[in-house]
Amino acid sequence: MLLHDTALVYGRYLRQSLRSRFALLFGVLTPLLYLLFFGPLLTGLPLGGSGSSWQVLVPGLLLQLGLFGALFAGFSVILENAQGVLERMRVTPVSRLALLLGRVLRDATVFVLQAVLLVLAALVMGLRAPLPGIIIGFAFVALLTVSLASLSYALAMKVRTPQEFGPLINAVSMPSMLLSGLMLPMSLAPAWLDALSHCVPFRYLVDAVRDAYVGRYTSAHMLSGALVAVGLAALTVTVGTRVFRTAGA
Amino acid sequence: MGSLQKFRDSVFLYAMTAVISAAGLARTFQTKAGPVEAVRCVDLTVRAGEIVGLLGPNGAGKTTTLRMLTTLLEPTGGAATIAGHDLATDPAGVRRVSGYVAQSGGVDPQITVREELVTQARMYRLPKAEAVRRTTELARELDLTGLLDRRTAALSGGQRRRLDIAMALTHRPKVLFLDEPTTGLDPGSRAGLWDLVRELRDRHGTAVCLTTHHLDEADALADRLVVVDRGVVAADGTPSALRLAHGGSIDATLQDTFLAITGRGRAPADAAPIAV
Repeated sequence: MLLHDTALVYGRYLRQSLRSRFALLFGVLTPLLYLLFFGPLLTGLPLGGSGSSWQVLVPGLLLQLGLFGALFAGFSVILENAQGVLERMRVTPVSRLALLLGRVLRDATVFVLQAVLLVLAALVMGLRAPLPGIIIGFAFVALLTVSLASLSYALAMKVRTPQEFGPLINAVSMPSMLLSGLMLPMSLAPAWLDALSHCVPFRYLVDAVRDAYVGRYTSAHMLSGALVAVGLAALTVTVGTRVFRTAGA
Repeated sequence: MGSLQKFRDSVFLYAMTAVISAAGLARTFQTKAGPVEAVRCVDLTVRAGEIVGLLGPNGAGKTTTLRMLTTLLEPTGGAATIAGHDLATDPAGVRRVSGYVAQSGGVDPQITVREELVTQARMYRLPKAEAVRRTTELARELDLTGLLDRRTAALSGGQRRRLDIAMALTHRPKVLFLDEPTTGLDPGSRAGLWDLVRELRDRHGTAVCLTTHHLDEADALADRLVVVDRGVVAADGTPSALRLAHGGSIDATLQDTFLAITGRGRAPADAAPIAV
């Protein structure tokens, strides 16, 4: 039943997303601009680590896509709450967990599609990376999207107005981006900043994808990145489920 | 305990036909300013094929009552069964047999009428082919056939209301809850909606529980009125019985009757001001 319901909710929202190709393309615009206008600045710089500057930048941009995109997913729930759509679904026998999972899986699909577009553009710009590494990168994007979208939906159920939700998400996403070394590796940072960045879960994901892009599939970074990504997803889906089950006051 | 005894009595009396029975239903919200008792004690019985109007001033607790009966809100007191399903222990069963139309409706403006209806039917676990067949049938019954491929944003107020009701009927519910169904409709659409609700009762024996603060609507449509005021049931009876008991005579206006029932003279000191 959960499977049937999740597939139903997933289908409804995926059709909705694919219908607006405009939004789909504009979602990749920001990372694409970074790729185009920021990427070339790095090609001659000593970034530490092995591989080209593209192998450092593109993993960061992939996670930026998830961080900035998926965290805003909750806006749709705020809208649906106002329209009464969510409430109408909550009085049907459809599983309330499926109402969350269907949406979250749709988000993961959309962001992986956007990640594919981004990587294709990066290949044109000069990225060269092993195929398994690139695929591992997509898996991390999917996991990160599941985590952040769940978190975003849970927050949206609590906050309920776009006026409060926007600033809240910005307050989470900006420091997360700066402290996780998305743009430049934290190995360049002074010790205090490096230490601080280890408190931000996304740091581990970025390090893991960067290792994947240079073919190091069994490194310590990869292990810690995978553990953090799975742990984060488990935690946020649990929180999201609880909120979706009980919310309504 | 009095309400529990009353609950047992009403279960005994209406065991054959009662589709909704609620006793002592209550909901207290915890707010920063302290607890707010939105609903204090609501007893309600609706039989199959009966249209019951919940009537009351704004803030009386009508919507909160409906939200509890449709599993959207957990009661903080009391008990209810819907078509034999216990609200507290079998909310999934309650959802299977009830249809609910919220005051704001609940369709996505960007999605077509057809897609909303088919998805809704499948959320009620109808197989795909059956969901498509039911959509065609409902569109015919509710005069939506020509609109199936329009986005819901393009519908008029009356058409949108018919769609909202169609959405709530996809699974042929035994109970239909309507929260202020005619608010914002022109007189023609209102009359059309009344006919629709009567037809549901007559043809399918659906039990209908609707809230309204339009007295003419309550009078024209409801077989029985339950007047809710400050979270409790202030009166319960047919429109003529209420007129006789509270308005002074069978010819009293419902307005006078209503004011007599909810009149300020009987208000406890801590009650919220009423707005009619």
